[in-house]
Amino acid sequence: MADEAAGLFCAQGRATVETIFEKSRPGRRAGKVPAAGVPGRPLDELLPPVLRRAAPARLPEVAEVDIVRHFTELSTLNYGVDTGVYPLGSCTMKYNPKVNERIAALEAFRGLHPYQPDELAQGALELLWTLDRWLAEISGLSRATLQPAAGAHGELTGLLVIRAYHASLGRDPKRVIIPDTAHGTNPASVVTAGYEPVTVHSDARGGVDLEELRGLLDADVAALMLTNPNTLGVFDENIVEIARLVHDAGGLLYYDGANSNAVLGVSRPGDMGFDVVHFNTHKTFSTPHGGGGPGAGPIVVRDILEPFLPVPLVERRDDGSFFLRYERPQSIGRVRTFVGNFGVLLRAYAYIRALGPDGLRRVSDLAVLNANYVLEGVRDLFDLAYDRRCMHEFVVSATPLKEHGVRALDVAKRLLDYGLHPPTTYFPQIVDEALMIEPTETESKESLDHLIAAFRAIVDEARTDPDLLRQAPTRMPVRRLDEAEAARRPVLRQRFAEDEAGGAAGA
Amino acid sequence: MAGGDVEREGGQVRTDYVPHADGDVTAMLEAVGAATVEDLFSEVPATVRLGRPLDLPAGVTEVELLAELRALAARTTPASELVSFLGAGIYDHYVPAVVDAITGRSEFQTAYTPYQPERSQGVLQSIFEFQTAICELTGMEVANASLYDAGTALAEASFIAGAQTRRSKIVVSDGVHPEYREVLATESAAYGPRPVAVGLAPGARTDGEALRAAIDADTAAVVVQQPGFFGALEDVGEAARLAHEAGALLVVVADPVTLGLLATPGEQGADIVVGEAQSFGNPMSYGGPGLGFMAVSAKLMRRLPGRLVGETRDLDGRRGFVLTLQTREQHIRREKATSNICSNHALNALAALVHLAWLGKRGLPELAETCLRRAVYLRERLLTLPGVTSYTDGPVFREFAVRLPLPAKELVDALVPEGFMAGVPLGWVAGFMSGSDDALDDVLLLAVTEKRTKAEIDAFVDAVAEVVGRG
Amino acid sequence: MADETYPQELKYFTEHDWVRVDGDEAIFGVTWFAQDALGEIVYADLPSTGDAVRAGTTYGELESVKAVSEIYAPLSGEVTDVNARLEDEPQLVNEDCYGEGWLIRVRMIASGELASLMDADAYKAFLDQA
Repeated sequence: MADEAAGLFCAQGRATVETIFEKSRPGRRAGKVPAAGVPGRPLDELLPPVLRRAAPARLPEVAEVDIVRHFTELSTLNYGVDTGVYPLGSCTMKYNPKVNERIAALEAFRGLHPYQPDELAQGALELLWTLDRWLAEISGLSRATLQPAAGAHGELTGLLVIRAYHASLGRDPKRVIIPDTAHGTNPASVVTAGYEPVTVHSDARGGVDLEELRGLLDADVAALMLTNPNTLGVFDENIVEIARLVHDAGGLLYYDGANSNAVLGVSRPGDMGFDVVHFNTHKTFSTPHGGGGPGAGPIVVRDILEPFLPVPLVERRDDGSFFLRYERPQSIGRVRTFVGNFGVLLRAYAYIRALGPDGLRRVSDLAVLNANYVLEGVRDLFDLAYDRRCMHEFVVSATPLKEHGVRALDVAKRLLDYGLHPPTTYFPQIVDEALMIEPTETESKESLDHLIAAFRAIVDEARTDPDLLRQAPTRMPVRRLDEAEAARRPVLRQRFAEDEAGGAAGA
Repeated sequence: MAGGDVEREGGQVRTDYVPHADGDVTAMLEAVGAATVEDLFSEVPATVRLGRPLDLPAGVTEVELLAELRALAARTTPASELVSFLGAGIYDHYVPAVVDAITGRSEFQTAYTPYQPERSQGVLQSIFEFQTAICELTGMEVANASLYDAGTALAEASFIAGAQTRRSKIVVSDGVHPEYREVLATESAAYGPRPVAVGLAPGARTDGEALRAAIDADTAAVVVQQPGFFGALEDVGEAARLAHEAGALLVVVADPVTLGLLATPGEQGADIVVGEAQSFGNPMSYGGPGLGFMAVSAKLMRRLPGRLVGETRDLDGRRGFVLTLQTREQHIRREKATSNICSNHALNALAALVHLAWLGKRGLPELAETCLRRAVYLRERLLTLPGVTSYTDGPVFREFAVRLPLPAKELVDALVPEGFMAGVPLGWVAGFMSGSDDALDDVLLLAVTEKRTKAEIDAFVDAVAEVVGRG
Repeated sequence: MADETYPQELKYFTEHDWVRVDGDEAIFGVTWFAQDALGEIVYADLPSTGDAVRAGTTYGELESVKAVSEIYAPLSGEVTDVNARLEDEPQLVNEDCYGEGWLIRVRMIASGELASLMDADAYKAFLDQA
């Protein structure tokens, strides 16, 4: 009873579930495939044995009911937005509207083949064309490519567009500046775009250090990549000056749109001075995360960069019909096959359509209010990274708990025992024992009060019984897992009996 | 902000997903010490404020939204509702009902990346099982948790080869899907090995002499597709031999359905296998989201990009699963990363896993055989038509190309009103073929899946005969 | 893991490596500070016998669960031996970084480079500054 009053979680179900391979029994099967039913020669003549595999793939032999029970059981071991609050900073785990699933299930969209004639895909092409325009309006820029499959992919695409732009002017700058608070994909994208990443540090207010930036800017800088508000949840008030400095030096500005949830309809990156923006549809525009993907990372660019966008782009003729244009002489080429993650993009389209301008503005209003409300509820428990208003997310430091032998990791694990998903930990790297919290706008006051109460209870436990935190979680199907062993001796697939005998491969 | 919405939108009612009740906003503002919500944005300079509503159509209710989307859908005729022979990487296979029943579960759909493993064992275990399934299909030792598509997977394979061999060229057969080669070219513009093309011989298989000539001491990898883009079956073992003799890796672009019967790339000496696995569990969806996959030999394990799930034990000795080897991932290595990929197509991978479990050990070879037999039957029947000749020589699997006595696009357009999607006209591929000035306007690529019945194939051949006979 | 020490008989390099001279060969490893910063080491990516290493440049990587660190060569030379035990027991670098956790052995080609290395006291002072 005391546990229930404290809000602690009560797990049900088995801890260890055999893999689907381990449930396999010879002779069991689920689905059947129609026999070919056409006249033909023996298989050996159609496909000579030298071209055939020696042994069949060891897929499981299970019945359909086994499959359904197996995956149903696995699903109960997960936590989704539909389970409860998911305050992961910079992930924007907002509610995924169910009507979008109904739309995505329409056969006209599901059953489209990328190579069917444009004339037979008009509705889909119109949807993409319209979404392009809406993203341009939301970002304050000119034209989009919907091809990138993820935010990181959008970053790479945007940087390649920037590279092509500089090349068209006969320039070859080598470096891209990124702040010390940047998402990890930023420097990696910079490197794979052929640039050298250079770090600029944050000042005492959490924004870009202007003096340091001035010192770094020269003709060898291709771009500055920023998120605004940044990963500390603060809006950089110097953004106009930053844009001016970068442009004066001949560079371009890239906006990592991961934090767009704070400024929809409030301030647009194009108006802040950015030249390229990527959006994460699975963050800002509600498309489901799916346990890690798929998402989409469309980018929008300023008009001077349009010629370099990937092919194809959706265009509209004067008669109102749509087509895919492949002829774009200055395009960087393709960054992925076909037109993009259409199934994801249509959910983003539906979301934007349903909310409209006022709905989108309300998203930011309440995302920012919710974050400030939680900040207010927990500010006395932790160290504040920067004592100023936050936007849609904020960062606190669990350093004060060190004296009890407790770290941010332990707080996170104990939150699991309270049936909640922890916030992001140890990011951004410039904050010690960081906890980055983003409630999003789709959390109610009760939900936020519940989250705050859990933090308060846990910090209290840290003082009175810190071992509860260090041992946490204890109410989950598994306890803390040995990640070092998993990395030292990786076992990345099922080991079959025959593998063990012959020396396990993949182990 | 609260209330007054209806007036602002001139009578239009819109959707909201925010749960704030009457009085909540006021209470929360009081708690944070702000008079209005507007005050919370005080640090956003006026010069960058939009100052007006976004110029977008006013929001709508759910019923209106659905009606609008249905109207868009009505102006789209999906290939799945016609008798379709479209292929080239995306195929019209039957997705069993059990797949959507599972992927539709919100604990899979609305979960994030499993960074807190104790509460994500379901996602983690399903990825572990998916990795196993890919290893079984490809005959390789390690597979990752999936990638975006085959094109980006090929680019990643090139980066691995470059890092592993420290060489600067990658030799790519024209038999590899042109769009995969395009992605490779774009993403290799400033990073990784430089692609070098090798053309095809007549009959659409890789030109062996040209391949031999192109490989040298600076070749990081050789890339062939099996079956090739035109459906030809390549000599992968020979490609492996040539590559390894030169100290290069062999990358094979594979079609997972054909791996139900075909010799696995692993058996034939591949070091890296990539491809598109949309055929399993995933609708065509206009080409995305699909399911890129990558599998490698054990020695390349630590170079795998993206996510990897590994097995381990918890404090009590229970088996569990975690994301592992994450230092390769962007979020730890940052500028030392050799790839910027940090996500996977988890839900698509789950769909594929469920489909593969549903087919099972016996069902997969049966699916492969049905596709093979029906494709061969279609090809033989088409080749009896006047003026229709084979573009792809030798044995084929589920896809092949023919040369027609008229422009392929004309045939395709003529057959749409008859209810057929005849195939992919290949005129656009001509620009991607090195050392050949064949315009390919009269070449058509046809794929056959288990959804195409004998009756449909016969009716299609008759329809083609009529068009061909006319011209 | 072991207590923090910096043996007197070793030489030290600014990238947190130590050197033990043995005739015309030298053995390299990483210091207590380095292994502590990395955390539990799970993999060592080392060169092969016969490879060349150049002073001040990287010759391998140490991977832990949370980070990867490049390893810098304090001296130039040719690799004559590599600690094969680290393949199965990479955590030896944490447990005994100056002994069983050694990384590579090289035949020095420019022993003059030794002069630019720090002794234990200088290295400890260097750590205090940082």
